[in-house]
Amino acid sequence: MADVMVMKEIEDTALRLGVDISTLDLDSIRLPPGENYGIVSDDEEVYLEDNLEFESGFGNIIVVDNLPVVPKEKFEKLEGVVRKIYSQIGVIKEDGLWMPVDPETDKTLGYCFIEYNTPQEAELAKEKTHGYKLDRAHIFCVSMFDDFDRFMKVPNEWAPPETKPYAPGENLQHWLTDPKARDQFVIRAGSDTEVLWNDARHLKPDPVYKRAYWTESFVQWSPLGTYLATVHRQGAAVWGGSTSFNRLMRYAHPQVKLIDFSPGEKYLVTYSSHEPSNPRDANRVVINIFDVRTGKVMRDFKGSADDFAVGGAGGVTGVSWPVFKWSGGRDDKYFARMGKNILSVYETETFSLVDKKSLKVENIMDFCWSPTDPIIALFVPEMGGGNQPARVSLIQVPSKEELRQKNLFSVSDCKMYWQSNGDYLAVNVERYTKTKKSTYTGFELFRIKERDIPIEVLELENKNDKIIAFAWEPKGHRFVVIHGDNPKPDVSIYSMRTGQNSRVSKLTTLKGKQANALFWSPAGRYIVLAGLKGFNGQLEFYNVDELETMATAEHFMATDIEWDPTGRYVATAVTSVHEMENGFNIWSFNGKHLYRILKDHFFQFLWRPRPPSFLSSEKEEEIAKNLKKYSKKYEAEDQDVSLLLSEQEREKRRMLKEDWDKWVNDWKRMHEEESLYRQKLRDGEASDEEEEYEAKDIEVEEVIHVSKEVLHLEYGQE
Amino acid sequence: MRPILMKGHERPLTFLKYNRDGDLLFSCAKDHNPTVWFADNGERLGTYHGHNGAVWCCDVSRDSGRLITGSADQTAKLWNVQTGQQLFTFNFDSPARSVDFSVGDKLAVITTDPFMELPSAIHVKRIAKDPTEQTGESVLLIKGPQGRINRAIWGPLNRTIISAGEDAVIRIWDSETGKLLKESDKESGHKKTVTSLAKSSDGSHFLTGSLDKSARLWDTRTLTLIKTYVTERPVNAVAMSPLLDHVVLGGGQDASAVTTTDHRAGKFEAKFYDKILQEEIGGVKGHFGPINALAFNPDGKSFSSGGEDGYVRLHHFDPDYFNIKI
Repeated sequence: MADVMVMKEIEDTALRLGVDISTLDLDSIRLPPGENYGIVSDDEEVYLEDNLEFESGFGNIIVVDNLPVVPKEKFEKLEGVVRKIYSQIGVIKEDGLWMPVDPETDKTLGYCFIEYNTPQEAELAKEKTHGYKLDRAHIFCVSMFDDFDRFMKVPNEWAPPETKPYAPGENLQHWLTDPKARDQFVIRAGSDTEVLWNDARHLKPDPVYKRAYWTESFVQWSPLGTYLATVHRQGAAVWGGSTSFNRLMRYAHPQVKLIDFSPGEKYLVTYSSHEPSNPRDANRVVINIFDVRTGKVMRDFKGSADDFAVGGAGGVTGVSWPVFKWSGGRDDKYFARMGKNILSVYETETFSLVDKKSLKVENIMDFCWSPTDPIIALFVPEMGGGNQPARVSLIQVPSKEELRQKNLFSVSDCKMYWQSNGDYLAVNVERYTKTKKSTYTGFELFRIKERDIPIEVLELENKNDKIIAFAWEPKGHRFVVIHGDNPKPDVSIYSMRTGQNSRVSKLTTLKGKQANALFWSPAGRYIVLAGLKGFNGQLEFYNVDELETMATAEHFMATDIEWDPTGRYVATAVTSVHEMENGFNIWSFNGKHLYRILKDHFFQFLWRPRPPSFLSSEKEEEIAKNLKKYSKKYEAEDQDVSLLLSEQEREKRRMLKEDWDKWVNDWKRMHEEESLYRQKLRDGEASDEEEEYEAKDIEVEEVIHVSKEVLHLEYGQE
Repeated sequence: MRPILMKGHERPLTFLKYNRDGDLLFSCAKDHNPTVWFADNGERLGTYHGHNGAVWCCDVSRDSGRLITGSADQTAKLWNVQTGQQLFTFNFDSPARSVDFSVGDKLAVITTDPFMELPSAIHVKRIAKDPTEQTGESVLLIKGPQGRINRAIWGPLNRTIISAGEDAVIRIWDSETGKLLKESDKESGHKKTVTSLAKSSDGSHFLTGSLDKSARLWDTRTLTLIKTYVTERPVNAVAMSPLLDHVVLGGGQDASAVTTTDHRAGKFEAKFYDKILQEEIGGVKGHFGPINALAFNPDGKSFSSGGEDGYVRLHHFDPDYFNIKI
């Protein structure tokens, strides 16, 4: 540490040098920069420890090199040219353009500094004008001012990078090995974010990890449940671990707004949008794609918000998230993005366009990937006033071969729904009637896995019905549609596979349901029909195999419904859209209410996803067949738990009772001790409360007896 | 049994009080006239005219001879219960929020709200046997803490005064010297305004209800927290059964939000909890506004609730109630 001089020594030295220490203003003394005379600052440790990156404050300055060298007379002209070029990109600060002049030759030195208002503008300017050709001899070379330091520090000799010894990580999938096979969920309420086990046996959640201010806007599980992502002003972070939640990686992206994982959770896409300094410009959008495990930026996309506002000529404003859609499957091979009249498909091996070219699709409106195969379904609306029909086509990647195409006429809108195995694609087409005054609905059903991809057309019985909700059975062949115009719509269930002929057929229609949303169990077979928002949270648990309602219930004002990943439980939540009733309910798959937790300012409820099962479908079938054998063990466990619970409960009650009796005895004793005083306070009137106690007891018995008879009479009257 | 609906007030109810014999029920409301009813059949016996503002609280003497009322017209008044005659008026400089007779009815504690520059205050007045000798002099004046005091009552043997209010802290004061003796712990205590406070019949413990959606049971002498009852609504009123180990909590969402939410969302129920196990036993529905006042008949066989809706509902328990086992 520093050799701190003793005060005495200082005084001696001062005397020797003839300095009057009392008149000296110590604050005016400045050490030369870079030299500390061995005196270590108090906060040095902090500084060294964190090795923080401080902004030098020059982030908004760029250096433009390779300018023409001009004499004084032409100086102003050159400055004018440079200013013109650079003020197109952003607002140059007042006195923000400085072109140094060689004092000997009175000529410029061939470079200048430009200061913008924001680092973003500076960066943009660098990007746009680096390599700008002023003329043949003068090609601009633009650098950030901050970069100079970095460039200067590059050592001249190459040193091999250090190899770090391998440190085994935690088992990030540890939660799957829970002996009770429970599922986890995360909730966000107030400032707290909490991960809990759904302990349905004990009818309460079991806490895992809790942290205040864990995220600044929201949390999100990765698609396979390995990571929990949090969003902060500086960027995103992912958390995970075997027993607790530790930060595994940070992804720097200032002012990140939205995040999205690739389905195999290899990559993380982050999005931010920045206000432009010129209010007439569109917002600037920055999208980064990170490798989740290494935290490296694999590719970034920057541009104005207009470039990312998709929807072709449809005039949709704003960015529809996710901008990049990932191809199905867990290998995260391709991702695609729609632009004006193009569809850009990238591959993750090189993070560049497949075949180095975007796919030209005039007026593309919408596209989506098959959840399992590298097939894109895209929709193009009618063009040329109906001369060119709208079409839905299926395109194979990477060959970009069109597998199937269907032309559609007088279409007003179109939505595409893939079945989760990629077996079927349903296209919900809204067509104009002949008068073009109203629309009617139909479905085009593609069977992807069959030869030549046959298409079937399905129309609702009442063609004018509006489609309120549509959903495929996960991994199954059925789908459910909520349709109708009146406040109580109908629910129809269809199957793609009935009996011998593989034709679509209707299984049943449920008339007049209070429902506007439907949720299939992830295991199929069961659905929850829900009346959210306007319907006050009506719930109907329906078994599609038996075509019967298992239970109806209500979670008043429910806003969100989510099945747990195994299809055993359903969570319904009221998030802070309303002030009232915030919290969530957990139900069993068949509609039995298990427990309820109320939390003020409740924002999010998310089940932790599970990776797909390793069991083959044959094995699963076998287990389903011999369910009795397997379930025995769990039934026994259930019984043990319930016995234990009632035992515990009894014990708890006994304890409470004892505690209470102790209090009451104390009170009684003190009350008696004080009775004389009390009598005095009441001017000698006998404080007869003690007697009253006993008298009351007797009274009670008698009266109950009497009132019983009276009540019998009354019941008779009613 | 079917509750008896007592329509007599034109404005929201504020307070309910049974006399010791349990045959009379006094009700206060934001209209200016405290009312007395037969506690048995809900017949109106009479009203007390004289106040010029909302009446916040009342208490009746042990012999049912005197009634004291505290009102927003900055007075507390003594009444002859039987004749309805005004006996004396205590004048204050701010609204009187809470009144309570001491054991022996020789003293009364009256709290006043913070108003203009004045802080809240606790006044102790001597109540003369002969109303003609009554004076308005205070025996003791305690400068209250920040914020309104919603309720102040006498502790055992009139030695202490227990107060609670907007700052969520429950305080025990020495009734002789006015010294602060105890304060409830901030950690374990209420988090929001304490709206109501009710003593057990023997005064050994008391129950407080708060807007933090809970009610808590305390030991009167030591101010030890004994039980906590958690509910889904802000608690406006509390009562304890003198007969069984039950407590009743009443409340509902804020009155200002009543018109904008579904009646089911408000849940203006009087909720019964097991006093010892702290578990909910059941609820009594009926009001279409938050419940502002609750009182148990001293015999424990009926209770009444007063709501923001202006009704008093008098409930006589069914025999089943006395056999509840949980």
